[in-house]
Amino acid sequence: MAHPFLFLVDFFDVNGSLYHFAHKYPHVMYTWLVMILLAGFGYLAAKKPALIPTKGQNFFEVIIGGLEDFLVETVGEGGRWFTPLAITIFLFVFISNLIGLVPGFFPPTATLNTTAACALVVFFFTHYIGVKYHGVKYIKHFMGPVWWMVPLIMPIEIIGHLARVLSLSFRLFGNMMGHELVLGILFMLAGLYFAPLPIMALGIFVAFVQAFVFFLLSIIYFSGSLEHAH
Amino acid sequence: MEALQFFVVSSFAAAMAIAVAAFGCGIGQGMGLKAAVEGIARNPESSGKVTVTMLIGLAMIESLCIYALVIALILIYAHPQAAAIAGLLG
Repeated sequence: MAHPFLFLVDFFDVNGSLYHFAHKYPHVMYTWLVMILLAGFGYLAAKKPALIPTKGQNFFEVIIGGLEDFLVETVGEGGRWFTPLAITIFLFVFISNLIGLVPGFFPPTATLNTTAACALVVFFFTHYIGVKYHGVKYIKHFMGPVWWMVPLIMPIEIIGHLARVLSLSFRLFGNMMGHELVLGILFMLAGLYFAPLPIMALGIFVAFVQAFVFFLLSIIYFSGSLEHAH
Repeated sequence: MEALQFFVVSSFAAAMAIAVAAFGCGIGQGMGLKAAVEGIARNPESSGKVTVTMLIGLAMIESLCIYALVIALILIYAHPQAAAIAGLLG
């Protein structure tokens, strides 16, 4: 189901240079938009960090402080150094999801490309943490409780790890794609009667919950590879 | 008309997939919600934590239904053999 009207794509209709790229890859254009938004707001809020925070700085401090406390509460003190990656993932997914509610904008997380990219980052970082903390003994995580069950347990563990990537990416993609489809269909059916509005209200809630669930699962996977093997 | 049957059956399969998934998801989320509301009724002070845990649990269960939705969408919109079979149709 093609998206009928996208601001950024039509913006590049005027200037011909990025025209083909913008039409083929709208999710990349909107990812750039989200990056500019996040970097811009972050820069504006923290230009001159003061001990008595200004409004912008306070707003971001509430968000980041709250998330960091939640992370340390879930993972433990040894996981504090994950905060930049985890909070970036949360903010990126949250703002990307929210952008989809503005008419004429396409959420970058509504394609499997973006969500699979985020899930792969989490997957590789999990193994990086494991190898960094445990060294070669990280392989014991995959071996199960007794040595003679290894040929049975190891494929199951490997498949379980691969299933994490699949579930993370599909959960986010399915939610956002389904939301876009429902909005499009309702708009086609009864747009004049403001039929998509309740779905958009649900969409704000779903955007936040999906971003939070992605964040929570990521930090649970990180903490899973930090702990000692059973 | 054998080729047309492919599209008919694939639409029906997509509808059945999401219907059964929604049925299971409804029951699962209902059971989770029931336990959360009972917990809050017993102990109103724990309402914040119980609500957060319930929302996370509901999102997990919902994701199973979303997997079925993705398969249904693939069947309708992006089936890999659709172009070949449409070619047979003429």
